[in-house]
Amino acid sequence: MRELQEDPAPGSSSAPRRRGRAIVVTSGKGGVGKTTTTANLGTALALTGAAVALIDADVGLRNLDIVLGLEARVRNHVLDVLEGRVTLDDALVTDKRVPTLRLLAAAQTREKDDVDTEAMRALVDSLRDRFDYVLIDCPAGIEKGFTNAIGGADEAIIVCTPEVAAVRDADRVVGLLGNRTSIKLIVNRLRPDLVRRGKMLSVDDVNAILRLPLLGVIADEPGVIISTNKGEPLVLDDASATGAAYRAIAGRIAGTDTSTPEIPLPPTLFQKLGSFFGGRR
Amino acid sequence: MSARRIVLTSGKGGVGKTTATANLGAALAKRGKRVILVDADIGLRNLDLVLGLEKRIVFDLVEVVEGRCQLRQALIKDKRFQSLAILPAAQTRDKTAVSETQFAEVVAGLDELCDYVLIDCPAGIEHGFRNAVAGAAEAIVVTTPEVSAIRDADRVIGKLNERGLPIRLIVNRIRPDMVRTGDMMSVDDVVDILGVKLLGMIPDDEEVIDTTNRGEPIVLVPDSHLGEIFEKIARRLEGENVAFTTLTAPGFFGRLFGQRKAG
Amino acid sequence: MIEFFRKLFAPEQSGATARERLRLVLLSDHLSLAPDVVESLRADLIAVISKYVEVDEANCDVSFEQQDRAVAVLANIPILAMRSRTPPSSPPGAPPASPPHSPDPPPSMGDPIGAAYAVADGGESGGSAAVAPPPSPAPRKRRRRRRASGNPAPAPG
Repeated sequence: MRELQEDPAPGSSSAPRRRGRAIVVTSGKGGVGKTTTTANLGTALALTGAAVALIDADVGLRNLDIVLGLEARVRNHVLDVLEGRVTLDDALVTDKRVPTLRLLAAAQTREKDDVDTEAMRALVDSLRDRFDYVLIDCPAGIEKGFTNAIGGADEAIIVCTPEVAAVRDADRVVGLLGNRTSIKLIVNRLRPDLVRRGKMLSVDDVNAILRLPLLGVIADEPGVIISTNKGEPLVLDDASATGAAYRAIAGRIAGTDTSTPEIPLPPTLFQKLGSFFGGRR
Repeated sequence: MSARRIVLTSGKGGVGKTTATANLGAALAKRGKRVILVDADIGLRNLDLVLGLEKRIVFDLVEVVEGRCQLRQALIKDKRFQSLAILPAAQTRDKTAVSETQFAEVVAGLDELCDYVLIDCPAGIEHGFRNAVAGAAEAIVVTTPEVSAIRDADRVIGKLNERGLPIRLIVNRIRPDMVRTGDMMSVDDVVDILGVKLLGMIPDDEEVIDTTNRGEPIVLVPDSHLGEIFEKIARRLEGENVAFTTLTAPGFFGRLFGQRKAG
Repeated sequence: MIEFFRKLFAPEQSGATARERLRLVLLSDHLSLAPDVVESLRADLIAVISKYVEVDEANCDVSFEQQDRAVAVLANIPILAMRSRTPPSSPPGAPPASPPHSPDPPPSMGDPIGAAYAVADGGESGGSAAVAPPPSPAPRKRRRRRRASGNPAPAPG
C-alpha cells in the first residue's frame, strides 16, 4: 500500500508519478445504478488509501456530485478543464470524508456534443498519471456521451439489473465496447424473493446471456434511496449490506479480495420482522 | 380530426417511460381509442420487448425514413387490442440515423391512422430526445421521487418549455411506506419542486417486472391495481376529472408476506 | 456525542434533506441556465456600485456559487477610484467628508484597490443583497466572498 500520508495531496501535480487504472462504469440502460456504483466503488477504493478520481461524463444531466453529497462544492467542471479555463487541480473537488477521493464534475448547462472525444481521452490519460484509479460514470445510452466516456478507459464494468430490457441493452453495450483489457459485470437490484418465485431473472439467467466475469451482486434495498437523499454513499455505513457488497467488489477490483461473489438470499421471516421493527435494512 | 401526439420523456433513464408508454397506450386502446406507440430509442429499443412484440418486428422506423418500406408495413398490430400498434425503433443503428425533421414527418404520417401517437423517448437530452420531441405537440414527464430523477426532470422541463410544449407529470415508483417514514419525498414535494401539473402517480410494484418479463401489458392483468391506475391516467388524459388513488402503505401483515398493493 | 443526541431527538428525515438539497441544486442549475438574467444582474450591479466608486467594467465578473445552505451571487468588481465627492471649497485631492466606512484616504487614480463584494443570500433570509465596505488598498485584484456583516475586510498580504 502506498504511503499516501507523506505524499502531497493525491492527484496534485506534484504527487509522485503512477500509472493508474481507468475504468468506465456503463450499462446502456438508464437507471440501473451506474452512478451509485461509481460513487460507492470510488469511495470504497479511496477508503483503502488509494488515490481515486471520479469523472462524471453525463454532461447536461450531472448526478455524480449529488449522489456523493458534493454538489455544493462543485465550482468547475470537465468542460472548463478541456476548454482551458481552469486547471485540473482547480476543478477537482475534494471529499472531506474521504481524503484520497477527488471528483471531476460534469457541466450541467452544456451538451454532450460539446465534448471532444480525443480531449476527453487525453484528460483521462493524464489523470492516470496522478491517481491509482480513474472511474468514469457513463451516461445512459450509446450516443456521444457513451463514446466520450469509454474513450480513455481500458477496463469496463457493466452494471445490469435482472430485467429483460437492461440485459438486452447491456448486451448491446458489450458489443460496442469492443476490445478492452477487462469487461466485468455487476448485477444490481436483485430481488432474491422474486427470483425464488420465478418472477425475476436470476444472476445465472443474466450471465447466460452476457457471459462476463462477475464482480458482484447487489440486492435491491431502500437504503440506496435514503443514501442518495442524504448524499452519503453506503460504503460509509458499516451496517449497510449494500455498502459491504460494494466494499467487497472494490476488493476484487484491487485484487485484495479473491472470494467469489455471493448471491444474496431471500430474507427469512425473522429478518423481515427485524427490518419492520428496526428500520429500513 | 388529427391525432394527439404526446412524447413521454424524463431525462433520467430507468424511471419507467417505456412501461408507462406501453401501458398508457394499452389503457387508451382498451377504451376504444386508436393508438400507435413509437419507439424513439434507436439502438436500444425496448418498447417491443415490454409488449412482447419483439419477435414480430419486420421493419423499423429507420427503414421507413430511408424509404425502404411503407409506414404501414412497419406498424405491428397488437392482437390483444382492437387498435394498438407499435412502430419499432431500429436496433442496429444509432440515433443520428434520423433527423428531427424526418422523425416529425414520420409521426405526421401517422396522423390519419389513429387518435393518439405516444412517443417513447430515450433517456438523456441529446439527439434522441430532440427527435422524439420534434414529433410531439404535448409532453408527459415521467419521474420518480428521487433526487437524481427530479433534477433531470427539471432539466427536461426547461427544454420542453423552450419548445412551448404543454407538460404534465407522472410520478412513478412511489413507496408509500417510505414516504410515511419521511425517507422518500412525497408526490406533493415533487409537484412543488417541478411546478408541473400532475397527471398520475404510480406506486412501486413488483408486478411490473413480472409483466415486462412476460411481455404483457399490466392493464390486461385481471384485478391489477397498477392496471387500474393506468386506466385512470388514460381517463385523465382524455379530459375526465378523475380523483387520484390514495396510496397507502401496506400494513404489518402485508409487509411480512410480501404484498405491496396500493390502497 | 452531540450528533448522537441530535439524531435521537430531532432526526432529520432523509426525505426532508433531499428536498432541501434539491431546492438549492435546482436554484443553482436554473441560474446557470439563464445567461440573460446573469447579464442583467451584472449590468445592474455595476450600475449601482458605479454610483459610489469608479469600476473597471471590462473586468467585472458575476457568477453563482452553491454554498452549504444557500446559493450565493459572487461579484468581482474591480475598483479604479473613488467617485470624487469633495465639496467645491476643498482643495483637489483632499479626502472627502469621511463616509463612515472609508477609513483611508483615496488612492491616486488608476490604482486598482481591490474588489467590492456583493453577497446575495438565496436562502432563508429571502434574498437581501448587501454590499461590503471597500477593503483597505491592495496592490492587486483579489476575489473573495463573504456575507456582508459590517466587519472590515482583513488586511491584504
